[in-house]
Amino acid sequence: MKYKSPEAIAKRPTLFCQGCAQGIINRLIGEIMEELDKVDKLIVTTDVACGAMNVIVWDYDTIVGAHGRPLPTALGVKKVRPDCVSLAHLGDGAAYNIGLAETMHSAIRNDNVVALVANNCVFAMTGGQMSATTLPGQRTPSTVNGRDCKATGNPFRIENAIGKLDIAYLARGSVDSVKEINKTKKMLKKAFEKHLAGEGFCLVEILTPCPTNWGLSPLDSMKYIREEVVPVYPLGEFVDREESTNA
Amino acid sequence: MAKTLMKGNEALAETALRVGCRFFCGYPITPQSEIMEYLSWRMAEVGGEFVQTESELSAINMLMGAAAVGARAFTSSSGPGFSLMQEGISYIVAADLPLVVVNVMREGSGLGNIGASQGDYWQMTRGGGHGDYRTIVLAPAGVQETSNLMAESFDLAEKYRHPVLICSDAAVGQMVEPVTLPELREHDINKYDWALRGCKPGDEIRTIQNVYFLDEDYENHLRQKYADIEANEQRWESIEIADAELVLVSYGISSRFCKEAVRNARSAGFKLGLIRLITLWPFPVKAFAEVSPSTKAFLSVEMSTLGQLVDDIRLATGCAHPVDHYGSMMALPETKGIIGKAQAVLKKVSG
Ligand SMILES: Cc1ncc(C[n+]2csc(CCOP(=O)(O)OP(=O)(O)O)c2C)c(N)n1
Ligand code: SF4
Ligand SMILES: [Mg+2]
Repeated sequence: MKYKSPEAIAKRPTLFCQGCAQGIINRLIGEIMEELDKVDKLIVTTDVACGAMNVIVWDYDTIVGAHGRPLPTALGVKKVRPDCVSLAHLGDGAAYNIGLAETMHSAIRNDNVVALVANNCVFAMTGGQMSATTLPGQRTPSTVNGRDCKATGNPFRIENAIGKLDIAYLARGSVDSVKEINKTKKMLKKAFEKHLAGEGFCLVEILTPCPTNWGLSPLDSMKYIREEVVPVYPLGEFVDREESTNA
Repeated sequence: MAKTLMKGNEALAETALRVGCRFFCGYPITPQSEIMEYLSWRMAEVGGEFVQTESELSAINMLMGAAAVGARAFTSSSGPGFSLMQEGISYIVAADLPLVVVNVMREGSGLGNIGASQGDYWQMTRGGGHGDYRTIVLAPAGVQETSNLMAESFDLAEKYRHPVLICSDAAVGQMVEPVTLPELREHDINKYDWALRGCKPGDEIRTIQNVYFLDEDYENHLRQKYADIEANEQRWESIEIADAELVLVSYGISSRFCKEAVRNARSAGFKLGLIRLITLWPFPVKAFAEVSPSTKAFLSVEMSTLGQLVDDIRLATGCAHPVDHYGSMMALPETKGIIGKAQAVLKKVSG
């Protein structure tokens, strides 16, 4: 088999650390856009965090939004250009900490946008501090003795917050192995298809490694996802509406 | 088009549609709510999009998306809600995006109150959010002018690829006056090449972001943009300044009382003049070059406790004359009070 990288993924050097999975996610987006024949319809709104470095990697029209607010920005895009594919590209801190109100209300309104949340369980861009999804006991620069859930609350699972709302799609995948990457691609593709069918809000969370802030090698980071992260953040589809009622 | 009677806020909303605005999002707050209420039903009639957002934070960022893909878009708020938008406005400036934000000013800091006031001059003319920036600020004093400036605001925003703020207030927003509105027209979202629309591999990609640190010429671009706005866009109205002993400086609702004060004072032989600011930024410094040598002092008349215009008047006049302040954040200025204060200032100057 001969692998060909998606055309819209530029052959420029990236700024990602070694072992970061942003590149894997880029490839999935690129492949899916080609398969759906929507390369020239994609408009992405990224957050300011590590995901914003994608701007130099892909050749899509892109807005770098404010921290935590890509979802309303992506809705503004979709409302004005209804035939575009509007993707909001966020981290866990953006989607579940500072921007949780926006995430909730995008889901409540069943906004016709796709949210891709790269969950690496930390605020990677600012040095790896605790986010809403940091694991119990996980050491970060703002939880130096390990996350104490008595003081900081428990890890946040998005399915508990919006899993019962009338949205089009909610799923969690991982990039820790080829098998999981392929499953994650199916999830993402389904989200884009539902988006194009006008079914409403689709959120795909992807468990991603952050070797730099986890202090682990790229390989050990993947192992960490399998052994430590997945038990707290189960993989799978949580909402897969046939046809959402208020889309 | 014939004249109709309309509330300031509704004339503003209708005008926006008529000059091609097809996207509005916002959050309720008195005294601007009529704008969003009106557009909640009216926008659909012209084929546009309306979103009642979960907050002003969401609204300003949604607006950014709509503007980035080429729509004429605006939001409106007041006081606390306008403060919440400042981070977003700073992003929009950094992204060189044209859009319009309306602040129908209410009273006080904190929650304050819903009555007319003019306490946001500093916030609106100094930037308001973080970083090196200012925005064009237009201040209508009545319903017709609200419509005129709203119509022009989108052109100005697009001319400079820069946000424009409309500085209204509870009185101007709520008053009902006759108004002639522009004819309804459409705006082409592909009119400007910078507007995002999607691209094929090989096309030049369009990116809306704060990449100035990658661009060597960015600071020159900025300096030039602000210099051009200051040179070209100062707007004001001068009344009876040719021989005035004291010149009032005012804007918005307060300026209407100043006009009456000038008339009444002159019929009693007291030579008052008025510079009414229409752009708050750029501050109309050119207006002050026309002031006569007989002018001995300036008086700012604004609904503010601290006198927010005073420093700008001093700068515009090279600190050559005394500048005093008359006004309260809690009450409309009184014509008699303006004249009385003007006399007291002159007495102090010549005494
Ligand atoms: C209003 C605001 N607060 C804080 C920041 C600083 N900041 C930038 S990215 C970030 C955290 C990002 O974490 P996440 O969304 O999980 O993305 P990651 O870097 O992990 O991919 C923070 C706190 C900011 N840019 N704006
Ligand atoms: S800090 Fe972490 S998330 Fe950010 S680029 Fe590096 S590995 Fe990736
Ligand atoms: Mg993160």
